[in-house]
Amino acid sequence: MSAPIALIDCNNYYVSCERAFDASLIGLPVIVLSNNDGCAIARSAEAKALGIKMGDPVHHLRDKIKRHGIRVLSSNYALYGDMQRRVVAAIQPFARDFEIYSIDETFVDFAGFEHLDLVAHAREMSAQVRQWTTIPTCVGIGLTKTLAKLGNAAAKKNPLFDSVADLRDENTCNWVLDRFPAGDVWGVGRATAGKLAALGVQTAGQLRDMPMKQARGIGTVVLERLIAELRGVPALAVETVEPQRKGLAVTRSFGTPVSDLDTLMGAVAQYAMRAGEKLRNHGLVAGRLTVFFHTNVHKPERPQYSASRTLSMQPMTCDSLELLSYARRGVERAWREGYGITKAGIILEDLMDEQLHPRTLFEDDDKKRTRLMTAMDAVNERFGKFTAVPAVQGFKREWSARSESRSPNYTTRLSEVPSVRA
Amino acid sequence: MLRLSVVQPEALELPLLVISTPAGFPSPAQDDMEEPIDLGAWLVEHPAASYVMRVDGHSMAEAGINDGDYIVVSRAKKPRVGKIVVALVHGDRTLKRLRSWEGRHWLVAEAAGYPDIIVDEHVEIWGVVVGLARRYG
Repeated sequence: MSAPIALIDCNNYYVSCERAFDASLIGLPVIVLSNNDGCAIARSAEAKALGIKMGDPVHHLRDKIKRHGIRVLSSNYALYGDMQRRVVAAIQPFARDFEIYSIDETFVDFAGFEHLDLVAHAREMSAQVRQWTTIPTCVGIGLTKTLAKLGNAAAKKNPLFDSVADLRDENTCNWVLDRFPAGDVWGVGRATAGKLAALGVQTAGQLRDMPMKQARGIGTVVLERLIAELRGVPALAVETVEPQRKGLAVTRSFGTPVSDLDTLMGAVAQYAMRAGEKLRNHGLVAGRLTVFFHTNVHKPERPQYSASRTLSMQPMTCDSLELLSYARRGVERAWREGYGITKAGIILEDLMDEQLHPRTLFEDDDKKRTRLMTAMDAVNERFGKFTAVPAVQGFKREWSARSESRSPNYTTRLSEVPSVRA
Repeated sequence: MLRLSVVQPEALELPLLVISTPAGFPSPAQDDMEEPIDLGAWLVEHPAASYVMRVDGHSMAEAGINDGDYIVVSRAKKPRVGKIVVALVHGDRTLKRLRSWEGRHWLVAEAAGYPDIIVDEHVEIWGVVVGLARRYG
């Protein structure tokens, strides 16, 4: 019997962060734009109801914005990053371990909490996040990450669940899986979805019941693992899943605590290289990088430190050397002497198809760099991970993202904290 | 075993003590390593649930909170009667003391000339003031 896993996901995260400090946004349609103010990357429930889709370019939305009085904000990653720290801090007492999957999604290991009513436990966790941060969340519980993710989607979509869905319950699980399109299951790519549809596999329930042999015939090993996960057998490291627009993460726990900057930098450099490789494998570029590290929260008798820094990347990139340079800056800023770091990671967000991403005026012709990356990937593929690695860090960027209607850095800059009328 | 950490030259702002000592014999000086006083950490007891805000106005002058002061507002502390709180009144952030009489809750200024505000469905208590910071120029 494996331990229950939960996925806690913040509802309309960026919008919720903005609403925490600007009550005038509550109840109105609100959208948040990507780096460069190009397209909608977050929408309030009211904006979703108006038919605004993820990734809609803002110049297509002009009419709608005017007609419905939609509030349009530039993204404020400093705020979202700081609020994430708070969300994760609120989650920690409720879990044995956790794994940040993206800026608004955290997997929570409930091992050791099985004796509790986990739905009530999850509600308490959700209430704690809401109390500390004002941010509403949904929780999905299951025996595998895939089921937790499906449970989360169900909790979000169906108000009957009252924001917590427990797929360990067989009836609930069947009910959810029979209504969930197979093609939307986490990790099922478009090509695989097509093949599944041709075989009459329409729902997640049918996917779960598919004979393994048949699955092997049409999919990769990933599909087999997914089916195992749907059956409640953990098979999936988060890493094997395709990145989506939400973002991708490379994180690891250290066997022994790391207490010097050089070692931590070395680890983070590896994650940056790996993250870049993943991006290039999927033809994506990223607009934002978060680097985080922390001490062991379950050893409260030892000095505790938890840090995360989020950097906007301009222009968007999939260049490992660029990612590395940003990651190093984040680590340098956040580093404090005297702590035993046990976990670190990199999260990439604001992902976009390499072909579609907006170019900046200052963007160099990066063909040479692309060739270097291709060569590096080839060497690493052939001779093993991290055979070819950079010896020096890249260069600094001096300009920042265009952000015309960014909200203040309410929580990270003294000159921009909210004012309160006395 | 004593492990020495590598210190970057640009990070030499903390008191640094390099100790070389035979294994198994801890140096008594080790325990004298001190960090500089961190007023921020003292003021913000609960960083994940605390928010800093700037005071704009004079209605809490008699409570010792002046225009331009910084306050630390906690969402981990329960708002009890008698505490100074930040409340949203029709969505606007307001700093007042929470009082109770005639079975109702009120937001009350501590300076002359400000009306009491009854706590009804248009009022949300956002957090409790747990700290105050001011510098004298």
